[in-house]
Amino acid sequence: MKTNDVILKTVTKVVVFIILTMAVYLFFSGHYSPGGGFIGGLVLASAIVLMYLAAGIEIVHKGMPFDFKIIAAIGVLLATGTGFASVLFGQDFLTQAAIAVHFPLIGEKELASVVLFEAGVTLTVVGVVVTIILNISEGGE
Amino acid sequence: METMMILLIGVLVSVATYLILSKNVIRVILGTAILSHAVHLLILTIAGVKKGNVPLLKEAESPYTDALPQALILTAIVISFAVTAFVLVLAFRIYQTSKSDDFESLRGQKYE
Amino acid sequence: MTIHVAIILPFLMAFIISIINKKFTKIHIGWLALTVPIIVFIILARLIPIIASGNPYTHTYQWIPSLDINFTTYLDGLSMIFGLLISGIGSLVVLYSIFYLSSKESLQHFYCYLLLFMGAMLGVVFSDNLMVLYAFWELTSVSSFLLISFWHHRKASRAGAQKSMLITVTGGVSMLVGFIMLHMMTDSYSVHEIIHQIEHISEHELFIPAMILILLGAFTKSAQFPFHIWLPDAMEAPTPVSAYLHSATMVKAGIYLVARLSPIFGGEMLWFWIVTTVGLITLFWGSFNAVKQTDLKALLAFSTVSQLGLIMSLVGMGSVAYALDFEADTVIYTQATFAALFHLINHSTFKGALFMMVGIVDHEVGTRDIRRLGGLMSIMPLTFTVAVIGSLSMAGMPPFNGFLSKELFFAAVLHIKDLNLFSISSVGILFPVIAWIASVFTFIYCMIIIFKAFLGRPLIQKVERPVHEAPFPLLVAPFILCIMVISLFFFPNTLGKYILKPAMVSIYPNLAPAQKLTPEIHAWHGINTEILMTIAVILIGTILYRLLGKWMGIYRFYPPNWSLNALYVNVISGSESLSNKVTNSYMTGLLRHYAFYIYSFFIFSVGVFFFYSGAFSFSTENNASIEWYEWILIGVMLLAAISILFVKSRITAVILNGVLGFGVTFFFVLFRAPDLALTQLVVESVTTVLFLLCFYYLPEWSTEKLSISTKISNSIISITVGALVVVISLAVLNFDKFERISKYFEDAYNLAGGANIVNTILGDFRGFDTMLEVVVLFIAGLGVYTLIKFKAKKGGTDFED
Repeated sequence: MKTNDVILKTVTKVVVFIILTMAVYLFFSGHYSPGGGFIGGLVLASAIVLMYLAAGIEIVHKGMPFDFKIIAAIGVLLATGTGFASVLFGQDFLTQAAIAVHFPLIGEKELASVVLFEAGVTLTVVGVVVTIILNISEGGE
Repeated sequence: METMMILLIGVLVSVATYLILSKNVIRVILGTAILSHAVHLLILTIAGVKKGNVPLLKEAESPYTDALPQALILTAIVISFAVTAFVLVLAFRIYQTSKSDDFESLRGQKYE
Repeated sequence: MTIHVAIILPFLMAFIISIINKKFTKIHIGWLALTVPIIVFIILARLIPIIASGNPYTHTYQWIPSLDINFTTYLDGLSMIFGLLISGIGSLVVLYSIFYLSSKESLQHFYCYLLLFMGAMLGVVFSDNLMVLYAFWELTSVSSFLLISFWHHRKASRAGAQKSMLITVTGGVSMLVGFIMLHMMTDSYSVHEIIHQIEHISEHELFIPAMILILLGAFTKSAQFPFHIWLPDAMEAPTPVSAYLHSATMVKAGIYLVARLSPIFGGEMLWFWIVTTVGLITLFWGSFNAVKQTDLKALLAFSTVSQLGLIMSLVGMGSVAYALDFEADTVIYTQATFAALFHLINHSTFKGALFMMVGIVDHEVGTRDIRRLGGLMSIMPLTFTVAVIGSLSMAGMPPFNGFLSKELFFAAVLHIKDLNLFSISSVGILFPVIAWIASVFTFIYCMIIIFKAFLGRPLIQKVERPVHEAPFPLLVAPFILCIMVISLFFFPNTLGKYILKPAMVSIYPNLAPAQKLTPEIHAWHGINTEILMTIAVILIGTILYRLLGKWMGIYRFYPPNWSLNALYVNVISGSESLSNKVTNSYMTGLLRHYAFYIYSFFIFSVGVFFFYSGAFSFSTENNASIEWYEWILIGVMLLAAISILFVKSRITAVILNGVLGFGVTFFFVLFRAPDLALTQLVVESVTTVLFLLCFYYLPEWSTEKLSISTKISNSIISITVGALVVVISLAVLNFDKFERISKYFEDAYNLAGGANIVNTILGDFRGFDTMLEVVVLFIAGLGVYTLIKFKAKKGGTDFED
């Protein structure tokens, strides 16, 4: 399933960065405007899939030598881990906390533990989607 | 609007059911995919359509559209995606091992 | 607190034993397991003085307070007896098993199950909450099942395990129903709270059904007639298990339950008659059948059945005291219960010793068949000693503890004979008669153990390997039990004061102040009816034993086809073949048929109920307006949906599915759901890609060759389903009886610090759902991965049947 196509390759080089930026934006904006862990993860995954389509598995794998199963596993761990973290602090399971922290240079910022949870969701989505698509495309061998 | 939507959902459900009752693996999987579309629309429609603004507190004024069904559907979309992916792979692995995509011939020897 | 520890400790150790693996094969795992019952025994023994002074010990853990189910432990005199038996006999049995089972057996499983049982049994006797008691009760059945089938390669073991499981669990479930009825009457699951409400419920219409159902549970567990058939088959278990579960502890759980609930049901006439009659029948039937057995273990099994019947009937006779007003002579009848408790302990000691003795004989000689045994006395003198002490105690001979409890039993039946209550006096004479006949048979089978197996001509030449006395460690446990058998004869009143008296107080809480609840036990009462009965038992028993060959023929009168066992076998095999037939008739292996059943059921149940309840309503009043582009969208989607059914190419079908998906996206936009629209957009793209990728490996779909009738039935089903969905949805749309809960989430900014309500619901309010959803996604990913990567190796096992 390798498509070597000049137009696709050229477009991908530009588009992937736009999609990646959008994915990151969607991820962080999720708490206030549309977006969030799932969507961010899905968009990120589609960017990665696009890269695989354009450049081929080997080349992308050189640039991103990750095992996406592991990424998915880390995501699940993170998502459940934040749940247990609140238990450690004597709260109910999965209680999320948001605190305002004063940083030396950038001033007051809100640190929400929900971001970690969402990050876990994102990583899982990315890992699973890419794993599924990569495996299916290799599946016939 | 709601009545029309429900009629559309009814048609979608009928089509999905017909596909699920067929013998071909791919048709059955398509049927489940269409069924999930129908259910997502159903949940949203039942909650009432065009009854309020976007459920974003900073960007819109009250009244808001009911956000709970939206959260439910979001979960459902992702799960149905995962399930569809899984059954698709299951289907093609079955085809690889048994060279058939027909449920009639996949019954196993016990029934022949 | 301590008691909770005592219950949990065995489970903990069972868990440890199951994971330590075989790295420690040099040490027998049994030694590790042995620590548990010893510790529990010590814990309990330290509490004896507190309990004896009349202070029950209770502690509660809230478990499911909403359902009134709490893990309450309650330690009083009655639980104490059982707790001491479970841990005490448990220690001896584990000690014995260490030398009985070779290291080649899967010891991990054995001790894991044994400890599981121990914990469950402790749970049964220490729980005050009936639901918790029930859970532990079933756990004892399960662990008993596992232990009986320990040698699961043998067919008899599996059959015996299945039989015991079926019978005891059936009883257990009926008991559960009884407990629930009790809860309906009293609104409480606590035994002690129920006892306090007794005046209010004894007239309730559920009172008698609850009583019968609970008794069913107790009788199946305690192997009472006609449910006793499982116990002889359970003897397929390793001998330590038989000694522990099937004579000393588990089978006494039923007696425990009857004794425990006696304050509730005791005053009832039906209770007295059922418990006493079933007990007496079991007593007679067990002892009568024991005589004809040729397998020593089967003989002991029937004798256990008979002894359990004895104890059960005593508990039943003791229950008349509840119906009588408190007077001085009421105490006479409570002595039956006293005798029951005393015999309970005695039976555990001598029967434990006897089982261990049989185990030793089996272990050393290689057979338990009395037709092949004989003359073992000179070869195995120590084992013979155990056999003599155990058998004579069981037969009720002095100077062993069995004599004392048998005398008390005779006394009890003689007292009850003349009681003018529950119309007992009309048939009263039957009580001592049955008791006496059963005792004669008991005497006979005890003689069989001693004379047939150990005395007489040595039949050793029939046995292949050389026979010698058992190794000393194997004899330790039975000898400890024998010492108890003798010392209980000489010092019964110590036991009476510290153990039996508090138990009597907990069974008769309303008679508690009476000092006479615990009579002094004397070996010699002078010449009275009881002692004359015993002498007659010895005389007649000896004569009958000498003439055994002359009258054994009576057992052949009983047609084997009519036995309870045959009934059980017929019912089991009949229901098996019937369910096979039924299942095969509709389990066709075709997905279409299964979907057909599901849809038909859905249409029938939902549809019928919907129209029956008159829930249909339809109005377009509240409908939102509909714009022209929405008309177009709906039209496009309808067209796409219907054409999927008719397209020739699968690519077209998938693209049409994509059209539907993007149509849904547009609706999400129109219905003010931006998050959904974004997600649906991406998911739909990815799904389409997935379909196309999979098509690479799958064949082009061929036009389905369905018969016209199938097509018609499919169409009817699918159109009905669609129509039903429409009708119900329309009705739901006009349903506004409940307030919406979404208002709560609109406070998201203050509650969760987010402005996107949908996102806060996902991440915060319903974070648990999202977490599990992520897990599902992950599992699906793993599933895909393993399906593709781990193909069956060539020439590997083919699992298709």
